[in-house]
Amino acid sequence: MVPLTYYLLLSGILFTCGVLGFLIKRNIITIFMSIELMLNGVNLSFVAFAAHWHALSGQVFVFFVMVVAAAEAAVGLAIIIAVYRTRETLNVDQVNLLKL
Amino acid sequence: MAGAVNLLVQRHPINSALSLVVVMASLAGEYLLLGAEFVAAVQVIVYAGAIMVLFVFTVMLLNAGEEARSGGSRVAILLGIPGVVMGAVLVAWTLLHHSNTQAVSIGALPGDPRDIARLLFHDFLLPFEVTSILILIAIMGAVVLASRPEDIARHHHSQSTEKEAPEFVASGKER
Repeated sequence: MVPLTYYLLLSGILFTCGVLGFLIKRNIITIFMSIELMLNGVNLSFVAFAAHWHALSGQVFVFFVMVVAAAEAAVGLAIIIAVYRTRETLNVDQVNLLKL
Repeated sequence: MAGAVNLLVQRHPINSALSLVVVMASLAGEYLLLGAEFVAAVQVIVYAGAIMVLFVFTVMLLNAGEEARSGGSRVAILLGIPGVVMGAVLVAWTLLHHSNTQAVSIGALPGDPRDIARLLFHDFLLPFEVTSILILIAIMGAVVLASRPEDIARHHHSQSTEKEAPEFVASGKER
């Protein structure tokens, strides 16, 4: 028997780690991994709430989130490869073509 | 959680990816504890399997090395400090106000794949179909983005014998 609070706490910690990594990291692949970490934190809270309210819709929603995350990962990594071909770098500080 | 912190600490992308695998696997264990067997299986297959293979392949393909140490941008600091403070406040608020919720019993949830399938294909049929279209678009986008522009131009050139084709090849090489 684990209280719901612990799950929410772990979920919040995971999400915060994702936000931190997104803001701190300079490598574009690691930034992408941080986004996945945030999605996972949200998924955990979905499943915890689904268990708490005895509703299955939360799990179905987690399924949809996973599908969207997979699609996003495929497209994002393709974008990363395209960026690397044109800019020859993975550092986001040097990908500043849109900057004024 | 240790894996998540490790993801932040490690500077080599491969090490970050492997710690992310640890996070995914432990999350799958959490889902099992919550009685969601289907979600746990999907987590292992999709996340720890497919997505992480994609990540590791990209890291290897691009020959990513150590991350260069540089000062973060000002925007990151301006946004990051309020964000972290907000996260901490949320966590503290949850702890203070909702620490008396009743415990979730392990395995008591009807996380049967049969029930999930019934819900998925009856109540959520339209989102399911929209998801399939999204995946189709994502596949096409990934293929177009990852292929070299010269290859596309050459393909066009070999298909059409019009005069515009060489110009397209030239513009593709410029990029």
